[in-house]
Amino acid sequence: MNESATVIRQAALVAPTTPRNSMLRHARYVVSENPVTGLAFALFLLIALAALIGPYVVPHDPLASDTAVTLKPPSWQHWFGTDQLGRDILSRVVVATRLDFVIALSSVALVFAMGGFAGIAAGYFGGWTDRIVSRIADTIMAFPLFVLAMGIVAALGNTVTNIVIATAIINFPLYARVARAEANVRREAGFVQAARLSGNGEFRILLMHILPNIMPIMMVQISLTMGYAILNAAGLSFIGLGVRPPTPEWGIMVAEGAGNIISGEWWIALFPGAALMLAVFCFNLLGDGLRDLVDPQRRT
Amino acid sequence: MLGKIGKRLVTVIPTLIGVIVVTFLLTRVLPGDPAIYFAGPAATPQSIADIRKQLGFDRPLPEQFARYVGDLAHGNFGNSLSTGRPVSAEITSRLPASAELTLTGLIISILIAVPLGILAAVRQGSWIDHLCRVVATAGVSLPVFFTGLLLVYVLYFRLGWAPAPIGRLDAFYTAPKQYTGFYLLDSLFTGDFETFRAALSQLILPAFTLGIFSLAPIARMTRASMLAVLASDFVRTARASGLKPSTVILVYAFRNAMLPVVTTLGMVFSFLLGANVLVEKVFAWPGIGSYAVEALIASDFAPVQGFVLTMAILYVALNLAIDVLYGVIDPRVRLEG
Repeated sequence: MNESATVIRQAALVAPTTPRNSMLRHARYVVSENPVTGLAFALFLLIALAALIGPYVVPHDPLASDTAVTLKPPSWQHWFGTDQLGRDILSRVVVATRLDFVIALSSVALVFAMGGFAGIAAGYFGGWTDRIVSRIADTIMAFPLFVLAMGIVAALGNTVTNIVIATAIINFPLYARVARAEANVRREAGFVQAARLSGNGEFRILLMHILPNIMPIMMVQISLTMGYAILNAAGLSFIGLGVRPPTPEWGIMVAEGAGNIISGEWWIALFPGAALMLAVFCFNLLGDGLRDLVDPQRRT
Repeated sequence: MLGKIGKRLVTVIPTLIGVIVVTFLLTRVLPGDPAIYFAGPAATPQSIADIRKQLGFDRPLPEQFARYVGDLAHGNFGNSLSTGRPVSAEITSRLPASAELTLTGLIISILIAVPLGILAAVRQGSWIDHLCRVVATAGVSLPVFFTGLLLVYVLYFRLGWAPAPIGRLDAFYTAPKQYTGFYLLDSLFTGDFETFRAALSQLILPAFTLGIFSLAPIARMTRASMLAVLASDFVRTARASGLKPSTVILVYAFRNAMLPVVTTLGMVFSFLLGANVLVEKVFAWPGIGSYAVEALIASDFAPVQGFVLTMAILYVALNLAIDVLYGVIDPRVRLEG
């Protein structure tokens, strides 16, 4: 970040907080400037809805095979066609939303807790805390991230929980660095000194004063990494880690359809792949939109 | 300049130590008994105990670590469970396939992304700028294995332009005599243009898939840094002095704008080396990625560990090379040191 941006940001720290309705107006302005953000939000609601009620509204049982209708192309009966076992692909794609969503969400929550807290502590206390956290982050960054995730899953064991853990670990440096930088700027800010002067303990300051202040920027980070988390988890299950068949999950469904691509049955891999792509696309756009809202300095 | 490179080399040492410690910890400290991994599925308690003794797992951890480092220093990555072959030999023989694929992918993506980024910056707000934004956002959102399959479907199954995704060379051809291990270069050295054409046609789809994946960060960065440079005083001066627009853009602005782009290459390599694994699986490419995937499925840990370590060391070396390159093209970095 350049100097002027830092100055402006520090100025914003001492400026009085903006009233809520101006925030809303700003939000409306951002959405009208960039209608794509509104679209992404609508898409997000759709995905969330599919994750919530998907399993109850799908037309077929996602696990029920029917040998009479194997490898059928999309039709009125089966909108997305059927796979090698005659399972309905539409139902499987919709039901899979929940699992993919939960994997991404829990890994992001985990890394938010680990990386966010370690980063804030590093930025606030400095010294040894900072050195240890930064060293850990640097070591993780020394690996190509997907490769490290593969290694972690291989070592911890081939389960969905470990996919969540591996995805959280490879995102750790991103969170720790953002939190560290933001906490560092604020460690001597007026409100922190005031809190210290009125007798708050260090940890209380950290949790009650610094954390809420850097929350907006961390939220942006969350939505930016959600897409990456989904992509990473799907990639791991595509190579056969974590999720086991017949569980419906986008990555493994693409893997199941991969062999049929060269014989022309495109629908088996296409629909789960497209769902995956849409979800990642949605989170990336949403992240950009949120960043515009929270941090207009970095708008591109 | 040499001193500067030497200093940078020293900073690699703690990183390498960190990488080796992590790959070591991945096998030893984590839950589950590594001896059971190495003993395989048909193990008896007696054979597990034997293996534990043989591999030194009954020793204290620091001693095990020293042994591990000693083995690495001798190029010993252990043996694969399923094939019985030493991991290091297998990785060495498969590495050129992965390197050829990754480098071709990178070259394709630079050839597309850099001109796209420059045009988007020069004609800001035009259709090409919007195209650049769409490509950049789509590029990071597309799962690389999905792009690969789409390309296979359209270009192989529908149009028949590309050969079937079955590895580096059709069974019809024999591999060229090995000099570099890169089929493209080796077939050129031996003057075997028929094999060159065959190898190229196999390579083009997987390389393009990787290229599309790494387009986004390069195009985005080129555009942003080109915009910053074009707004600077020296470009205004160059324009005011009556230089041709093409000279201003390609000579004055471009050289300066490339610096941040070179720095992002580090991140791009992190993406590429990871995506490589997925692309290799889609195209049955006989590289180290597909080796690691096969081993992972068979719970054969030594190859996976060797693979993670090789990739990490490669990545550290690439980052080092990028930093050195940065010093070469940016004279200011040299002066500061």
